[in-house]
Amino acid sequence: MPQAAVRTGTLVQVGHLARRSIIRTARQPAVVVTSMVFPLFLLAINSSGLEAATNLPGFPTEKYLTFALGLTFMQGALFATMGAGQSIAEDIERGFFNRLQLTPLHGPALIAGQLAGTLLLGVLQGVVFLTVGLAFGADFEAGPAGVLVMFALAMLISVAFGSLGMTVGLRTGNGEKVQGVFPLMFVLLFLSSGALPRNLLERDWFHAIATVNPVSYIIEAYRSLLIAGWDAEALALGFGLGLAILAIGLFAATAALRTRMERT
Amino acid sequence: MIGRHARASWAIAWRQLYKMLTNPAFLLPSMLMPIFFFTAFAGGLVAVADSPGFDYPSYTTFQYVFVLMQSAVFGGVFAGFSIAADFESGFARRMMLATRGRSALVIGYTLAALARASIVWVVVTMVALIAGAEVTGNGLDILGTLSVAIFTNIAALLFACGVAMRMRTMQASPLIQLPAFLLIFTAPVYVPRELLEGWVAVVADFNPLTAVLEAAREWVIGGSAEAGLAFGAAIGLAVVMAAWAMTGLRRAERAT
Repeated sequence: MPQAAVRTGTLVQVGHLARRSIIRTARQPAVVVTSMVFPLFLLAINSSGLEAATNLPGFPTEKYLTFALGLTFMQGALFATMGAGQSIAEDIERGFFNRLQLTPLHGPALIAGQLAGTLLLGVLQGVVFLTVGLAFGADFEAGPAGVLVMFALAMLISVAFGSLGMTVGLRTGNGEKVQGVFPLMFVLLFLSSGALPRNLLERDWFHAIATVNPVSYIIEAYRSLLIAGWDAEALALGFGLGLAILAIGLFAATAALRTRMERT
Repeated sequence: MIGRHARASWAIAWRQLYKMLTNPAFLLPSMLMPIFFFTAFAGGLVAVADSPGFDYPSYTTFQYVFVLMQSAVFGGVFAGFSIAADFESGFARRMMLATRGRSALVIGYTLAALARASIVWVVVTMVALIAGAEVTGNGLDILGTLSVAIFTNIAALLFACGVAMRMRTMQASPLIQLPAFLLIFTAPVYVPRELLEGWVAVVADFNPLTAVLEAAREWVIGGSAEAGLAFGAAIGLAVVMAAWAMTGLRRAERAT
């Protein structure tokens, strides 16, 4: 078959699966709402409970709400991770995956199509989180162009972590086991510079963990747009790590898909 | 009659405990969660103790007491999940048919929740002491701390029990978890109440867990606390939740 025809075929397959994934996400209001309500609830608690931290010397902003908004974006992405894993695990449990295998479907098309729903969730979360944050008085130093960069980062991180969730879903093929991985994701979130900037993490061991935790740098990239304006280093690290996680996630998901196809 | 009732309660409690002790998947989440919160808060937020007006001697101890109360609440919440699962699988229905005094079910689940929380408290305390928490209160102070923790655990279990017996499905889990989460995190978690700002400061004034948490934080360091208010809040909450659980039981009886 000519190369161009194969490419067109794959794109059509991606289109069909992406449509299904997006409709599926839109039809699960409980998943969409939960992935927004919990991060916003934590934002509301932290911005009020930790406002006193803004009095610490070296704290980068006068409003804890502005500082905490980056963590909210990251938390939303972790919910997207679970959504992606859960979706593919459900497909396996219900036999839809087996039926897909009877069709001439390409592996990359399946992965890309499934991640479309995660991307949609990432965009919706970005709109809601930023709107709520700004409505309650958060600063946004980077201006309108920064909003676009913020959304680009949110989409990249959602898809990157979504691909990791998908890998777990493909490997386990079980929704409950995917849920079991959720607390591990929260370990990454809490052992980061999410609650305080790294220069204010006094415990050496915590500082060391937060420094090697990639989630710290992703949160700091979001935060830079809110607090500093344009910080090239923070953004390069955030986007760079996002792309690296996406590459690892896609590689792992492809390998897991191959194993799953051999098994079924 | 009382002997039979006590035996039924014990049988239900023992079944729950056996399930928990022989299957780590039931015990580990309720144990790991407080340890994880303790690590994240006591490790990552210690600089908050440098905020002007923060007058508690040790941030590790400050967070240890929070985690102790959090495990009291979540001990009840996780036990509530088991009750919902028992109803969903039909096991609770068979227990109701086999038990004359059905309040034995509530008492049995309460005993099991208390045992679960006690195991978690021992582990959390060991971790906190290793991490440098300073417990300088005398025996009576520690007894006060444990007593309010026990009443808080009972109140949480009775709340979860009431929800689980009304819904009789695992889908009740978010409805059990969310109010518990709200109760815990609208108390002074990170800083003393005087340093809270915004809406949490207002809600914390009316949250019964605030009185419990503040008193326990004082007792643990040998300070003076408003014992009457703390016990009143914890016992009052348990009494209200007992009524909620018993009306839930009556609904479950009518439905089965």
